[in-house]
Amino acid sequence: MKISFSESAMKEFQDILTRYPNKRAAMLPTLHLVQREFGWISREAMEYVGELLEVPFSEVYDTATFYTMFKLKPMGKYHLQVCHTLSCALRGAGHLCDHIREKLHIDNGEVTEDGKFSFVKVECLGSCGTAPVVQINDDYYEGLDTQKLDEVLDKLE
Amino acid sequence: MFEKVLTKHINMPESRKIEYYEKHGGFQAWKKVLKNMEPDQVIAEVKESNLRGRGGAGFPAGMKWSFVPKTTEKPHYMLVNADESEPGTFKDRLLMDGIPHSVIEGAMIGSYAIRANTCYIYIRGEFVKEARILEQAIQEAYDKGYLGKNILGSGYDLDMYVHRGAGAYICGEETGLIESLEGKRGWPRIKPPFPAIEGVFRCPTIVNNVETLACVPYIIERGAEWFKSIGPESGPGPKLFCLSGHVKNPGVYELPMGIPLKELIYEYGGGILNDKKLKAVIPGGSSVPILTADEIDVNMDFDSLAKIGSMLGSAGVIVMDEDTDMVSALLNLIHFYRHESCGQCTPCREGTNWAEKLLKRIHSGEGTLKDVDLLEEVANNIGFRTICPLGDAAAMPIQSFLKKFRHEFEAKVKKNVA
Ligand SMILES: Cc1cc2nc3c(=O)[nH]c(=O)nc-3n(C[C@H](O)[C@H](O)[C@H](O)COP(=O)(O)O)c2cc1C
Ligand code: SF4
Ligand code: FES
Repeated sequence: MKISFSESAMKEFQDILTRYPNKRAAMLPTLHLVQREFGWISREAMEYVGELLEVPFSEVYDTATFYTMFKLKPMGKYHLQVCHTLSCALRGAGHLCDHIREKLHIDNGEVTEDGKFSFVKVECLGSCGTAPVVQINDDYYEGLDTQKLDEVLDKLE
Repeated sequence: MFEKVLTKHINMPESRKIEYYEKHGGFQAWKKVLKNMEPDQVIAEVKESNLRGRGGAGFPAGMKWSFVPKTTEKPHYMLVNADESEPGTFKDRLLMDGIPHSVIEGAMIGSYAIRANTCYIYIRGEFVKEARILEQAIQEAYDKGYLGKNILGSGYDLDMYVHRGAGAYICGEETGLIESLEGKRGWPRIKPPFPAIEGVFRCPTIVNNVETLACVPYIIERGAEWFKSIGPESGPGPKLFCLSGHVKNPGVYELPMGIPLKELIYEYGGGILNDKKLKAVIPGGSSVPILTADEIDVNMDFDSLAKIGSMLGSAGVIVMDEDTDMVSALLNLIHFYRHESCGQCTPCREGTNWAEKLLKRIHSGEGTLKDVDLLEEVANNIGFRTICPLGDAAAMPIQSFLKKFRHEFEAKVKKNVA
C-alpha cells in the first residue's frame, strides 16, 4: 500500500529539509516524523522516505534498522521501555520486569493481545539518579516500584 | 565556600525562560564576545582556563578549538553532544531541562570561537521533553536576536538546531555522532582525519559535551583565573557529579572538581542505602575501571583518578553495597556493551559477544576456572585494537572486576566443580 504524509506533516518535512545542507541528513528527523504519523516504520514507509530524500531504499533500511527507537513492527498503544542497565538493576529494575510479565502476560518485545501495551527492556535511559526508570511513549516515569508502576498503568486509558 | 554556578538556578520557577536567564546575567557573555572579542581571543581565554571536556575523555576544550582552520573555505560546524548514554550519567539532562539557555549560550560562544555558522545539538532520541525545551529556548533566542543573521549588529550569523538521535549509545562517540547526523548508521570513523579538519559534511567540526559548553559563558564573564581557582589547576572548575546505585541520596551534585570521593558518597550521598557496607564504586561512568571500598580516599578529578588506575570519565558514580553480586553486575555491563557495539570491528563485536556468553555461564554456575581465565584473555584482546574506544570501554570493566573481585568469579565456578 502506498503511503504519504498528511498536509501538516509534509509542511514539517519541508521545514526539516531547510536545516541541513543535503537531504540525506534529514533521515533521522524524517523517520521520527514517519513513526509519529504512522505509529511504526513499515517497508512502504521506508520506500516513501527513500523517494522523499532521494536515497535508495536499501540505505533507508540500513539506517532505520540500526536505531533501537525505530519500531519496525506495530507496538502497543503504550510502549513500556524498562531500563535494565546497572544503576536501575541495583535499584530493582528486575522486579519491574517480572511484574510487567505477570501483570500483562507479555515478554520482552511482545504486545498484549488487545494492542494496548508492549514491553521492551532498554539500556540506560540517562536518568540513573531516579532509578528504576520506565519510559512510556515519550514520558519518563522515575523512582518506580511495582506499586507505583501499577498506579501509572492503571491510569492509562 | 563553593558557590554553585552551573546548577544555581535549577528548580527555580521560570528558570527555562529567557527573561529569567537574562535577569540573572544570562547572555552578557555572548554580548561581550560579539562586541569585544575576536574568535582567537575566546579560544585563548578558554585555553587559559584549563577547561577540560566533560564528555568523558577530558580533552582541553580551548586546545581542541584551536585545531580548527582559521580560514573558512568550507563551512565550520559546532556539534553539541547531548547524547548522554554512558550508564551512570545523567547530568546533561539536568542542565538542558533546568537551564537550557546556559547550554545554548555556551554553544553560541563555542560556535563563534571556531567560526561556525551552524550549530546542531545532537540529543539522544529518548529525551523527548528535553528536546522540546531546547527548541523552545532556541526560538526565544532567535526572537531576542541572539541567533540568526547579523547578530546584535556584529555581522556574525549563527543558526542553531536540535537534532534527535534514535537510540544508539555509539552515537555519543564523536565520529559516530557525525555519521548519525549525516543520516547514516552511527558507525565511528577511522581517525585521522580528525573532525576539527574533516568532520560533518566533510567540513571542520568540533564536538563538545553539553556540560563543557555550559561552563564557557561563566569563563568568559568571570575570567579564566576564576575558573582555575576552583579545584586542581590542571583540570579545574565547577563539576557535576552523578550519584546512583546504593546510596541514600542519589542525584546530581555540583561541587568543585577534586572533591573527595568519600565525601561525595557519605556526606552528599548520605551514605550507603539501608546502612549497609560499601563494596565497590565505579567513579566515572560504566566504562571506567572499578574501585574497591578501600580505594575511595581519592579526589574526583582527572589526574587523581588516573593515578590510581581509573578515570573521571563522565563523573557517573555508581555505588554498590556489600550484597552486590559482582558477577551479575559485570554481566549487566557486558550485556550493555555487546548490545551497543556497532559491529564494525571484529575484536569488539566478537569479543563482547564471547565475554557475555562466558559471563552467563559463570553466573549460572556452569562455568569452570578456565572460563574465568578465558574471560580475561578475551578482554585483553578487545582493548586498544579497535576503531573507537568502545572496545576499550568494554574491556576495562572486565579487567578491573577480575583484578579486584576475582574471588567472586572463582567462588561461582568452584561451587559447581565441587
Ligand atoms: C562509546 C562512546 C560513547 C560516548 N558517549 C558520549 C556521550 O553520550 N556524551 C558525550 O558528551 N560524550 C560521549 N563520548 C565522548 C565523545 O566521543 C567526545 O569525546 C566528547 O563528546 C567530546 O566533548 P568534550 O571534549 O566536551 O568532552 C563517548 C565516547 C565513546 C567512545
Ligand atoms: S570498537 Fe566496537 S563500537 Fe567502536 S567502531 Fe569498533 S565495533 Fe563499533
Ligand atoms: S541505568 Fe537506568 S537510567 Fe541509567
